[in-house]
Amino acid sequence: MRRFPGYALAGGMVSVGVALIALNGVAAASRQTDAVGLAATGQPIFQRQCAPCHGQGPGDDGPPTLPGTAALQRKYQGELPAALEKRSDLTAETIRFFVRNGSGAMPSFRKAELSDADIDAIAAYLHKSALAKSP
Amino acid sequence: MAILPPDLSPADFAKALAELRQAIGTDWVFSSEDDLGPYRDSFSPVWDTDKERKASAAVAPADVAQVQAIVRIAGRYRIPLFPISTGKNFGYGGPSPNVTGSIVLDLKRLNQVLELDEARAFALVEPGVSYFDLYRAIEEKGLKLMIDCPDPGWGSPIGNSLERGIGYTMAAFRDHFGASCGMEVVLPNGELMRTGMGALPGAKTWQEYKYGFGPDPSGLFAQGNFGVVTKMGFRLYPRPDFYRTGLITVPRRRDFVKLVEICNYLNDAMLCGEIVYASPLAGLMAKPDFAALATRAGGPSDADMDAAASAAGLPSWQVDLQFFGPEATTASNWAYAKDRILAAIPGAKAIDGDAFPLPATPEQMENKTQPYRTSIRRHGSLGVPSLGIWKIVRDDGHLGFFPVLPRTGEAVFEMQRVMCDALREFDGLPSFFNATTAPLHWHSFAFQMVFAPSVRRNDPAHNAMTDRAMHKAVTVAAEHGWGDYRAAPIYQDAVADTYSFNNHALRRFHEQLKDAIDPEGIIAPGRGGIWPRRFRKP
Repeated sequence: MRRFPGYALAGGMVSVGVALIALNGVAAASRQTDAVGLAATGQPIFQRQCAPCHGQGPGDDGPPTLPGTAALQRKYQGELPAALEKRSDLTAETIRFFVRNGSGAMPSFRKAELSDADIDAIAAYLHKSALAKSP
Repeated sequence: MAILPPDLSPADFAKALAELRQAIGTDWVFSSEDDLGPYRDSFSPVWDTDKERKASAAVAPADVAQVQAIVRIAGRYRIPLFPISTGKNFGYGGPSPNVTGSIVLDLKRLNQVLELDEARAFALVEPGVSYFDLYRAIEEKGLKLMIDCPDPGWGSPIGNSLERGIGYTMAAFRDHFGASCGMEVVLPNGELMRTGMGALPGAKTWQEYKYGFGPDPSGLFAQGNFGVVTKMGFRLYPRPDFYRTGLITVPRRRDFVKLVEICNYLNDAMLCGEIVYASPLAGLMAKPDFAALATRAGGPSDADMDAAASAAGLPSWQVDLQFFGPEATTASNWAYAKDRILAAIPGAKAIDGDAFPLPATPEQMENKTQPYRTSIRRHGSLGVPSLGIWKIVRDDGHLGFFPVLPRTGEAVFEMQRVMCDALREFDGLPSFFNATTAPLHWHSFAFQMVFAPSVRRNDPAHNAMTDRAMHKAVTVAAEHGWGDYRAAPIYQDAVADTYSFNNHALRRFHEQLKDAIDPEGIIAPGRGGIWPRRFRKP
């Protein structure tokens, strides 16, 4: 900023404004990169920790869906997608609530097996996967 | 209100927690109510009652040295520790302790597959390794090894085998503790011990010869409380070339006696994998008349059951057989089984099932190609971990009572009759025992039958009924010589009480050992019904 004292106020303002826009752009890009990185981190965690019950594959020995996906199908009756990877409304806080408290037959998960950072990464992955799957 | 360890002041508990944080890091000592929520038993029938057992804290060490440090700190403060591996022992207490106020020793972060040997067919793992992890490690290395995993597969080979869990492949591997070979244990004084050949410095056979020299104490750590197991070896099944299935049906109720006799031979001679019995008549239980017959007081007559089967056009029993090995061997063993059963039981029929090389394709894993209604769990049968079994969980969870009975048809009929009559008063529960109930051949050389009443988080009356039914089932079964094989902490004393030969000589022996090794009860007091002097009622 010490470079700018000789400039007209307006020009200074413009310069500062341009600088802020540029900085915001950097931050947004960085956030985007962070989100992409976080989603990439979250994908294998989701596959290991959640997908065996909440994935989109068939259930064992006959049922068309896995048990967690089937349970959400019964719960939402088509109002929301049963497969978590199609849900764009799941924030990290929402996921954290269900992970830490369980729901129905789903037990709760401990921080030693699924950290808060893991849950943040899962949320980022689900957001990305839902966007990719939206029509 | 915060929960305290037994006999410990709030100030001393705070000091203990500070020492634990110093030893393993602040992030891995959990004492807030929120953090301890997942250490409660999600499937508890006594949730939020004064019978529920809750932890005062939990600690999650990163390595064996930290486990030793935790045990020594707990020893100084006389705090009971309750070790868990992956904490998935649902139906049997989950991650919750025997004693309220215990600190849960969460071993999930000890998660290394330390050794995999294809040529000698073994694995050495830490407690936080799940069956999924072990399966993945084998697949990633491309090894021709097969695991035997329980349902569901998120449990730990160490935790499951220490609970004497079972699986679905060949008899030698279905008994998970039986298939273990060598362990490392942190003793109640914090010292490290290895069993079998692990006790001999420089030995290369820790996972190949489990006994070493002298007494082998490994069994004390299964359903026991004499130490914290930090490493354990397991024998693995060299992946067979080929898999084949077949179904046998028999027309009459009494044919089951001969069918079991022959199938015992197939199992014990190691000719086949898990033998899966079922009654096609079970599908008729939705019909009130048939349900009344199958649950008749004192049991239905064979003639009445045969008449019902005949009227429905169904066989009385069926058995799914599974064969592993070279293709020609599986064909030969299936042919032998068919010949022997069809020659011995008039009216028996055999149907060829699937036959394919291993590993199975994704389509074969779906188990939709057998030309009959099969009771086989394909994932379990082929040692592929899954959570698909969660489909059977009703309400908010269930308990498990699996009485062990002899492998005879007569014993099956007797348990059907006795347990059906004994549990009749609990009319809010499904009929787990009736004239169509088939035995499970999960254990290598014994049958079990299943009683798994559900729990409902918001229905205390239902849970109280479930709890009463569990206690009655344990008592009545024991009166007939049938013992439970595994139980949640809230039922362990009741089950241990039934193993009472010679005025509870076995329990008194365990107590003497506990008093000698862990008199203050630092490791899981009460587990397996074994209490040290400090906690024993006078």
